[in-house]
Amino acid sequence: MREKLEQIGRMAREEIAALAQNKESRAEALEAVRVKFLGKKGEITSVLRGMGALSAEERPVIGQLANEVRSEVEKLIDKTKKEIENAELEYKLRAEEIDVTMPGKHSEAGRLHPITQVLNEMTDIFVGLGFQVVDGPEVEYDLYNFEKLNIPKNHPARDTQDTFYINENIVLRTQTSPVQVRVMEKTRPPIRIVSPGRVYRSDAVDATHSPLFHQMEGLVVDKGVTMTDLKGTLELFAKKLYGENARIKLRPHHFNFTEPSAEVDLCCFNCGGKGCRICKGEGWIEILGAGMVHPKVLKGCGIDPEVYSGFAFGMGIERVVMGRFSVNDLRLFYENDVRFLKQF
Amino acid sequence: MKVSMEWIGELVDIKGVTPKEYADKMTMSGSKVEGIENPGDEIQNVVVGKILKIEKHPDADKLVVCQLDVGQDENLQIVTGAKNVYEGQLVPVALHKSKLPGGVEITKGKLRGVLSQGMMCSHEELGLGINDYEGANENGIMTVVDDVQPGTDIKKVLGLDKHIIEFEITPNRQDCLSVIGLARETAVTFDKPLKLPEVSVKGSGGNINDILSVEVKNTELCKRYTARVVKNVKIGPSPKWLVERLQGCGLRSINNIVDITNYILLEYGQPMHAFDISYLEGSKIIVRNAENNETITTLDGVDRKLDPSMLVICDAKKAVAVAGVMGGENSEIKDDTKTIVFETANFDGKSIRLTAKKLGMRTDASALYEKFLDPFMVKEASDRACQLVEMLGAGEVVDGIIDINNAEDKREWIEVNPDKINAFLGTDISEQFMVDTLKKLDFEVKDGKCLAPTYRQDIEFMADIAEEVVRIYGYDKIPSTLLRGETTPGGRDMLKNTEIKVKNILAGLGLYEIMTYSFISPKTLDMMNIPEDSALRKMTVISNPLGEENSVMRTTTIGSMLETLARNNNLRNESAKLFEIGKTYIPTTEDKLPDEHNKITIGMYGDKVDFFVLKGVIEELCEAACVKCMEYTANKENLTFHPGRCADVLINGKNAGIMGEIHPLVSKKYGFESKVYVAEIDFASFAAAVDTEKKFKPLPKFPAVTRDLAVIIDSGVPVSEIEKVIKESCGKILEKLQLFDVYKGKQIPDDKKSVAYALTMRSAEGTLTEEEITNAMNKIVKNIENKLGGKLR
Repeated sequence: MREKLEQIGRMAREEIAALAQNKESRAEALEAVRVKFLGKKGEITSVLRGMGALSAEERPVIGQLANEVRSEVEKLIDKTKKEIENAELEYKLRAEEIDVTMPGKHSEAGRLHPITQVLNEMTDIFVGLGFQVVDGPEVEYDLYNFEKLNIPKNHPARDTQDTFYINENIVLRTQTSPVQVRVMEKTRPPIRIVSPGRVYRSDAVDATHSPLFHQMEGLVVDKGVTMTDLKGTLELFAKKLYGENARIKLRPHHFNFTEPSAEVDLCCFNCGGKGCRICKGEGWIEILGAGMVHPKVLKGCGIDPEVYSGFAFGMGIERVVMGRFSVNDLRLFYENDVRFLKQF
Repeated sequence: MKVSMEWIGELVDIKGVTPKEYADKMTMSGSKVEGIENPGDEIQNVVVGKILKIEKHPDADKLVVCQLDVGQDENLQIVTGAKNVYEGQLVPVALHKSKLPGGVEITKGKLRGVLSQGMMCSHEELGLGINDYEGANENGIMTVVDDVQPGTDIKKVLGLDKHIIEFEITPNRQDCLSVIGLARETAVTFDKPLKLPEVSVKGSGGNINDILSVEVKNTELCKRYTARVVKNVKIGPSPKWLVERLQGCGLRSINNIVDITNYILLEYGQPMHAFDISYLEGSKIIVRNAENNETITTLDGVDRKLDPSMLVICDAKKAVAVAGVMGGENSEIKDDTKTIVFETANFDGKSIRLTAKKLGMRTDASALYEKFLDPFMVKEASDRACQLVEMLGAGEVVDGIIDINNAEDKREWIEVNPDKINAFLGTDISEQFMVDTLKKLDFEVKDGKCLAPTYRQDIEFMADIAEEVVRIYGYDKIPSTLLRGETTPGGRDMLKNTEIKVKNILAGLGLYEIMTYSFISPKTLDMMNIPEDSALRKMTVISNPLGEENSVMRTTTIGSMLETLARNNNLRNESAKLFEIGKTYIPTTEDKLPDEHNKITIGMYGDKVDFFVLKGVIEELCEAACVKCMEYTANKENLTFHPGRCADVLINGKNAGIMGEIHPLVSKKYGFESKVYVAEIDFASFAAAVDTEKKFKPLPKFPAVTRDLAVIIDSGVPVSEIEKVIKESCGKILEKLQLFDVYKGKQIPDDKKSVAYALTMRSAEGTLTEEEITNAMNKIVKNIENKLGGKLR
């Protein structure tokens, strides 16, 4: 029996070793080996069953030997099984290899219009400074668009070539400034507002003119508001919008509804003031108009200019957007070609 | 306003100031410089040459060969066809590689085999008019009449070596539309004294009142009228200095008298007019309103029809000029004019502006008058003109001036309180600086008050004084401060926030935001098949539109969206998914503003879109924005949309928009062969439905059960009805209801359809029992049978 057991051990080792030569179905073959040697009707089991015929002295010796052989075969099978599994996984992973440089699968995202993007950014800067965002009508009374802004009837600024009229008293607003009046009539200081929106001028369409464009109005009214506050606020705005190195310059100008008035130039973001194509060699780009609210305007809105003062500013949005994205033709914004819109 | 730095330099010492420095400083003190021109820029390498010898061309009868001294070591040979050349003549010579106005380049070459090393120039080739230079000749080469050396740059001879500064003068500073005004600003800016011309008229005896009488009938529109008479007038060319001054300001020389009036226009900013007195019937000037149907032929040869709103200058019988705009042909000065009347007057700006506009002729004079000129400068300007007449020997000035003056001095003394001004500006400018600045600007200052000069009608308040001070002090020198005081909450209101949110959601869903014009063509509504009697056809009309295509304010945004989709389609973009948040304008009453309504407009075309893709976008938008109460009902009436594929969008049961497939007849008009889908939803209704009270719902503790349900039902029953019944029947244990199949065909009767749902049920109280589920399903089936006549499949 001893020989028999030793022979079984040898056979098992040989058969398992032979498995390595198999290319396919190694897992199944291994299972067959396990059944053949360790199964209920397997070789080792049948030896153990025949132990009854042995003497009492031989029984424990042979029993121990049988268990040793069984344990050895079991371990060998387990080890081989792991090897096979590892090899199979490795094979599978290799088969699943992909070209990682192939393009991704998309669910397309859309975009906000470039004007909206910049407008939101500009508005947020003022919101951060405690400005409230307000709206006003686009079809507006002449009274608000002009007269209450100290632009009387027959002032050259309101020639029909600039303004779209609905009738004698109603116009398409030519500026966001009427919102100033509407707010001052309704609200008492302190007032800090910005009002972005559409405005209309009777300009034929070309690369730099559009009958419809966007402006953002700003207004601050309180006790002790000064012109240096205006300068400081606009400088802060320029730095937030154009970066810490942005510089602005205020130069005297005239608007009917501010006094003193200023036009504000931004040091060209392209050339840094040396003069280039974008700033037309000037080194500076005009970005907005501003000034201290005219005493007549304050008074007309029921605010005492002896007690309160304020500043106001208005800026065109398209120009900022064109500068930001190097867009050279205003018309593109209103043509809405998706190939254009996708770029922002 | 264009003026040469050299002219300004006559009145203020600006020696050593470069044009760039000058421009920068003037801009910073309030007189914005638009540009600096060097008029001679276009002329390069053109010098004075002296013709030494003229010989016949060997091979051409009409050409001659000239030898010229051009101030170089060697003489030049030039071939010309001009007839007016002679030996000893000084002429302009364009040398080899020279440039002439209009981008003309001259190089040496051969003419009929003979070397020609340049070109002799006519005045035209130098960009001049016949009156711009004395030696200009209609028939050929210009003669240089000045005593200059050969080789001298022609620009120096012609006075083209000047710097012309172009100012952009703001409408409140009409006084700066003059050389004197700008010189004054220059003097203050550079802190130099101003040297104004000393005006005096010698006179030649006589009495103007014996020759002429003036009557002003409308003293409102003509605040002041002065007349001077000059006799024995010798019309002729102006001297070189005068021609050059005019040229520098962009004016051409005509003759000495016209040039003098133009000179005053530039120097003082005061328009003048000269009449030939022999054409003034009754030796009389009457200033009055025009009569109905009165006509005049103006200097430009055009017959003008006048009306009583216009002011005219007349003689005893007829109109001889449109006041402040243009003179009449009938009294124009001519070469043989002997006696002239100089009119120097002040007319009402508004009246002049309206007259010029009505007649469609805005002249240099009317452009000035419409800015409301200073009536107090009239007499000096008139005297100055007469002084120039005497200086030029152009005639004899008759003694006396007729001056009908109804101008009032309405100026008031304004407080100059340095503390207030500094508090307003945020500055710390000294009182001394303020007073000095105002004085230099011609203000009278005393006892803490100031009086502006008469030509500064824009000065009314402390703020105006503050501006005068700070612009001279320098906007660049004042500090920057940040806002102080009571803090304000700031931010956006709910509507604004929702708008941003909606835009972000729609962009996230793959749509591109567009911006379209608020005005459309009335034809847009025809394109959209909107019926003639539709309320949408009542629109706010622009009275002066750019063109019909932009003439009415839109009452729907769908047309703008269709146009944008069509443009993309025409550009061969395969697909487009777009949205806009923009307004419609619904008229109210004529004297009231229209109501403006923001609309969410969504539009799409392309392979992968259909009705339900559009609807999916709207549903997803509602989901993400927390709008729960949206419903859809079929709309078969709207002619813009496909009658079977259009739905009204209801929010809280109220109509809030429309969506669907565009009617094939409409989309065809927009050039589409494929299908187009559009929705328009009222933004305010949408925003009002946003659930702002979002609350956390505990995550479910108990498992959910899923059951499928298929019913056979009449084809005409919309699934929304079935869903309503399922929801009502199942009650709160229904967590989710999903339609997964609608089937018509085999095994289903012709007028029926099979509709299949997956129901997810769950209770918050415990795991649902089989019995509870069965009861719920039975109830659903029973109700579908009873209410809708459907049967379990």
